[in-house]
Amino acid sequence: MDRATPSGRPQAPKRSLPWADTAFSVLAHGAAWLTLALLAGIIASLVIGAAPAIKEYGLGFLWSTDWDPVKNKYGGLVMIYGTLMTSFIALLIAVPVSFGIALFLTELSPSWLKRPLGTAIELLAAVPSIVYGMWGLLVFSPVLARFVQQPLQAAFAGVPVLGGLVSGPPVGIGILSAGIILAIMIIPFIAAVMRDVFEVTPGLLKESAYALGSTTWEVMYRVVLPYTKTGVVGGIMLGLGRALGETMAVTFVIGNQNQLNSLSLFEAANSITSALANEFAEAGEGLHQASLIYLGLVLFFITFVVLACSKLLLARLKRGEGTRT
Amino acid sequence: MSAVLPSSALSPHEAARRRQHLSRKRVNKVALALSLAAMAFGLFWLFWILFETVRLGIGGLSLSLFTQMTPPPQSEDGGLANAIFGSVTMVSLATLLGTPIGVLAGIYLAEYGQKTWLGSATRFINDILLSAPSIVVGLFIYSAVVAPMKGFSAFAGILALALIVIPVVIRTTENMLTLIPSGLREAAYALGTPKWKVILMITLKAARAGVVTGVLLALARIAGETAPLLFTALSNQFWTSNLSQPMASLPVTIFKFAMSPYENWQQLAWAGVFLITLGVLVLNILARIFFRTRV
Repeated sequence: MDRATPSGRPQAPKRSLPWADTAFSVLAHGAAWLTLALLAGIIASLVIGAAPAIKEYGLGFLWSTDWDPVKNKYGGLVMIYGTLMTSFIALLIAVPVSFGIALFLTELSPSWLKRPLGTAIELLAAVPSIVYGMWGLLVFSPVLARFVQQPLQAAFAGVPVLGGLVSGPPVGIGILSAGIILAIMIIPFIAAVMRDVFEVTPGLLKESAYALGSTTWEVMYRVVLPYTKTGVVGGIMLGLGRALGETMAVTFVIGNQNQLNSLSLFEAANSITSALANEFAEAGEGLHQASLIYLGLVLFFITFVVLACSKLLLARLKRGEGTRT
Repeated sequence: MSAVLPSSALSPHEAARRRQHLSRKRVNKVALALSLAAMAFGLFWLFWILFETVRLGIGGLSLSLFTQMTPPPQSEDGGLANAIFGSVTMVSLATLLGTPIGVLAGIYLAEYGQKTWLGSATRFINDILLSAPSIVVGLFIYSAVVAPMKGFSAFAGILALALIVIPVVIRTTENMLTLIPSGLREAAYALGTPKWKVILMITLKAARAGVVTGVLLALARIAGETAPLLFTALSNQFWTSNLSQPMASLPVTIFKFAMSPYENWQQLAWAGVFLITLGVLVLNILARIFFRTRV
């Protein structure tokens, strides 16, 4: 029996829309390129917009405290200090609290409560920042002034360094209240990342430690935390990135005053984001606007570095997952 | 039984061991109590904020809120009709604009460029854009659209909001598509289905609940965004449906009214805050329910 030998090439498959595959692939690639172009566009537009101010002041802009639209002289230190200081206070409060929440959600909570509690904390992240701002200004700051600032001032009056930190009008508006509200806003982000990385710790590790007689706290502090530390730091950086760039909540409660004469935490101050929110729409073209964009560029640079570190640290934990047991 | 023995009956070594054990237990108790306190601390703020929003906002709710324009200071009546309309218009158009781009880029990441350099670069940049300060997005649109066109416009506001939608949708689309088992794709390819059909009619369809969740979350995020609108759409005291004009939006109006000393403006701002919070929380909860029942 002869085997039928195929002759010629097989028929090309019939496609109803032969160009559709290419078109779709081009669209998908285009969308990915667009994302990259967005980042490039943001950086380019900020650099171009800030160019007059960069040319005029150079890097000296970063440590000059003059900000005087009337005399047309600008320096960004007041706002940069405000942004960094409020974020620092926010981290100081948010990191231990988020750790506690993540510990509670992973180790202590009964399993039927895990989901509703986790959702409640995530909803805290969903509340728009303008709500935090208005609540902070009209509800929270009077309470803070009455029950925290006045007692603190009475207690530390005359003490050298601490007295200076709590001087100023105790009206509940300023660096401290902005920091506290930022802390409330970033707790959910940090807590969510911590909870997720704590959950990737292999059960075997935890069970071995328990079997040796460790307490829950020792398992958490000596086993889980060392295992997940890059992820934890990544989560903290993510929260820091959020705090640095937060606009509305800070604008409401920081007081918007360009001063750095007193380093008191109760004194009204200004941050990069609140300066932009308040002044940009009114700033005329020219040096004022360019200086504001320069501030925006500084902010973008700082958050970019912080977020990139966060991303890299979290990615390192994920890679380590398979290799370490 | 040994626990009730007087410590004098124990060897010094044993006594030290027990003391250490007790102190370890004490540390553990303190730490767990603090953890409970931290949880309560987090919930406390959520409930306080929600409580005040409802308490102060509910008084301002009335029909005129939805039918009348934003009033001048110190007048009796007035509502937020133009701001609500502006917000709904800009948010929905921004979602319509941002979603297809986000879904396409998400498809690229999951189906075409998992291991290419473009894929990893896009993923990295997207994660940064996801948390980038939204006011910087406003600055970008200002320099790219508002300044060249010499005027604030609703169109610029829509673009700014769309830029915030894109990263959120990319992230969820990619995550959902990678969850689809590859057997499904391979089965479709084995039947000779072209790639675009496999993606659109098999994988994307299987992942649609997750993708819709992402879009809902993006909607919730931009509904409350203020910063990117401040110098793109600006605000407007009057009703306008012209996209080349400045347009009022709920968050920007709240910002203006809340910072003012006028009683009637503050009352309206609280009503607006109530509406926004309600809307955002409902969207979030919807997204969760939708995701849980469909996947």
